[in-house]
Amino acid sequence: MSKILIVAEHDGARLNPSTGKCVTCAAQVPGASIDVLVLAADASAVAAQAAAIAGVGKVLVVENAANAESIAAVLAPQVAKLATGYTHVFGPSTTFGKDLMPRVAALLGVGQVSDIMGVGGSHSFTRPIYAGNAILTVEAPADAVLVATVRVASFEAAAQGGSAAIEKVDPGVALPTHTRFVSRSGATTGRPDLQSAARVVAGGRALGSADGFKIIYSLADKLGAAVGASRAAVDAGYVPNDLQVGQTGKIIAPELYFAIGISGAIQHMTGIKDARTIVAINKDGEAPIFEAADIGLVGDLFSIVPELEKQLTG
Amino acid sequence: MRRIMVGVKRVVDYNVRVRVKPDNTGVVTEGVKMSINPFDEIALEEALRIKERGLADEVLVVSIGPADAQQQLRTALAMGADRAILVQTDVAVGPLSVARIFRGLIDKESPFLVLLGKQAIDDDNGQAAQMLGALWDRPQAVSCSKIEITDGKATVTREVDAGLEVLEVDLPAVMSVDLRLNEPRYVKLPDIMKAKKKPLDTVGLADFGVAEAPPFKTVRVEPPPQRQKGIMVKDVGELVGALKKKGLV
Repeated sequence: MSKILIVAEHDGARLNPSTGKCVTCAAQVPGASIDVLVLAADASAVAAQAAAIAGVGKVLVVENAANAESIAAVLAPQVAKLATGYTHVFGPSTTFGKDLMPRVAALLGVGQVSDIMGVGGSHSFTRPIYAGNAILTVEAPADAVLVATVRVASFEAAAQGGSAAIEKVDPGVALPTHTRFVSRSGATTGRPDLQSAARVVAGGRALGSADGFKIIYSLADKLGAAVGASRAAVDAGYVPNDLQVGQTGKIIAPELYFAIGISGAIQHMTGIKDARTIVAINKDGEAPIFEAADIGLVGDLFSIVPELEKQLTG
Repeated sequence: MRRIMVGVKRVVDYNVRVRVKPDNTGVVTEGVKMSINPFDEIALEEALRIKERGLADEVLVVSIGPADAQQQLRTALAMGADRAILVQTDVAVGPLSVARIFRGLIDKESPFLVLLGKQAIDDDNGQAAQMLGALWDRPQAVSCSKIEITDGKATVTREVDAGLEVLEVDLPAVMSVDLRLNEPRYVKLPDIMKAKKKPLDTVGLADFGVAEAPPFKTVRVEPPPQRQKGIMVKDVGELVGALKKKGLV
């Protein structure tokens, strides 16, 4: 019998889709009962969304002004306290979960399984190592609480239709004030979210400039797709960092992925290996991206991309 | 002494295409080029720049690993670190043990800042800084792309999924660094000669009361599933046709 607590990721108003994917992962653990923990200043909206996920038994809610922003050092002691009685504590392997969960694990005096991509049993999991060039099967001791992050690209979103009970709890722990939120800046583009989009159009260094990237945005808008980028394009300043796809950026699993002017370094490939269909457009026919592409087209992207947009319109 | 402690891990070089051993116990590391974990190199570069701005007196580099990790520590000394400690072990230790070792060293060395890479490119765990933050009961700033030190505090910019986040933390603190924080300097030959004279101490795991066995058992290591070979198309018309055939547009 596994009792799993999932730490919800949210922005105060909306539950992040990563939470539902953690539920899907947790549901694969044999005999699991699943609760979701929402830490927020005002949790009402997010708790209701968590309660609607099928398979969730209970939503635990901690409301505290200190939880208005997700500061790992503030959240971790609350999660660690509320982990009592659970066999597993899961969080998403997004920047939220990567920040928080190891701190929780250390407070509980246990290791962490990072990036679960498959469940083999209650304490047996697969996870990628070496940028996904090897897959490790690990077995964790069954006599200690198991803390893990879930590689969200490996799991489908959980179904809706649940009606879990919502219960307010008070962890009753002292919270540190040594870490203070100042600001957050991000592109609110109106485009689909890169991490959960069904279609992604991504560009690389070959776009040449921020201006050159306009054809990527234009094609993405035509397809209703999110925009992504290689590390090289982000480093060159063509696009902001939150568009980076790869080992150190976002790991994504869209239905359709366009890699345009992206050579396909292994660090990039690890971010897209779960994409259903990869389309590569590159002027270098020898580029490694073509080894992984389902459909490849060699040529000048500056003529191909506008033409593609045109033909998709027709 | 205003000291910065930097973690340096010896890993398979990022350019090496790793291969899984035929017996599925791990990846091939014999005869493979080893380097400083690239994120750790960025952490070290940042420590050196903070020192060069007059905000620190000493940069101490620490590695946990086999005797051969001395090579990476010598490289770190050649880059400009003042002193090195090798915590020698032939058994791979997990991130919690790494955090416990650093926690032990902090008691002796009293750094105002500990800088680590945000993840090691071999096990891709990304845990050590956060775990150290917990054990030390101090602030953590993960995936930093900008660090400003001012009078007992630091303002850090972090790369997060939503964009960039700015935190203010009291010092001492532990930070993990991201790729865009800086570009590490190249090592010059005279610096390599000088580095040979810099102090490099070796200590054992026993000094930290850390168990040799990692917390999790490696059951199997396998190569990832291969994608099916795709098709090449000649022009945009064929591309659109192929996408339509798959029902994707």
